[in-house]
Amino acid sequence: MSTTTQTAPGTAAPSYYDLDEHEHPPGASTMLGFWLYLMSDCLIFAMLFAAYGVYGGSYAGGPGPKELFELPLVAVNTTALLLSSITYGFAMINADEQNKAATLRWLAITGVFGAAFLSIELYEFGNLIHEGAGPWRSAFLSSFFTLVGTHGLHVTFGIIWLVTLMVQVARRGLEPANLRRLQCLSLFWHFLDVIWIGVFTFVYLLGVLR
Amino acid sequence: MSADTHGHGQIHDQGHHDAHDHHGGAAHGSRREYWIGFILSVLLTAPAFGLVMTGVISDPRVTAGIVMALAMVQIVVHMIYFLHMNTKSENGWTMLALIFTAIIVLIVIAGSLWVMYHMNLNMMPGMGGEMSSGGM
Repeated sequence: MSTTTQTAPGTAAPSYYDLDEHEHPPGASTMLGFWLYLMSDCLIFAMLFAAYGVYGGSYAGGPGPKELFELPLVAVNTTALLLSSITYGFAMINADEQNKAATLRWLAITGVFGAAFLSIELYEFGNLIHEGAGPWRSAFLSSFFTLVGTHGLHVTFGIIWLVTLMVQVARRGLEPANLRRLQCLSLFWHFLDVIWIGVFTFVYLLGVLR
Repeated sequence: MSADTHGHGQIHDQGHHDAHDHHGGAAHGSRREYWIGFILSVLLTAPAFGLVMTGVISDPRVTAGIVMALAMVQIVVHMIYFLHMNTKSENGWTMLALIFTAIIVLIVIAGSLWVMYHMNLNMMPGMGGEMSSGGM
């Protein structure tokens, strides 16, 4: 504790500085903190993108993006994720309007789109591994599976979080704490969409063009 | 944000005003905003896939350039309409963090590609042809 008085002890009229933390309402800095977490997550993806950029052309005599990637599948995937972004937006708007039933409905739809995205990705991974193009095949495939798989894991955790919040909202309603949680997940979900723009452009589209 | 109008004397008020804004929902958008964002992102995604899948442009480098430009614009669109980025939220700290991250991301990605590409080019003689495909 640092000194709070200007004058020597015993003299009259000491002047005070208020060094104590003021009382902040709970969650006043949650959104900034969560944003900083997302930025650190962004750095992880930057590393993975950089690794893919460096290794993306090292096929080790194995198959390349042209033979492996199915763009129609990726287009469907991208559509699912884009749709899930706007449905989450609708969930947030309904949450602000304190419309619990509509919020839960839009959250459920968002979850379905997220699950569709994941299923397609797992189907794609399964196909690749079945064709013998698993992560062990070449540096290109190792970095591909790491980058796309990390994004898929994020979506998986996003869905788990979404279901948890649906239970919370169903049981306790749209109270301030739940609204704050929904806002955090909103940032997380839209952020994953931004990362996916990088993935489908950098990995799939440019890969096929290579 | 209302805190901007206050002087230093009322600095403690900022926290409370910000907190109200969070709960009041100032940080997120309207239906219109989400629709604009969605329509823009469809308009930016579809041509990118279309160009690559149909191969209309014979030079792949031109296609790659257009696809990358579309992605950059789309990232900005998502930032504004879905993540509601602006210079005012949290008194500008979110924007500051974003700019800082963007700079680091740029250094990491561009730097890695640049360094590794040149390293591959400058490997031992004779390995150049074999390795150059691994560069970019």
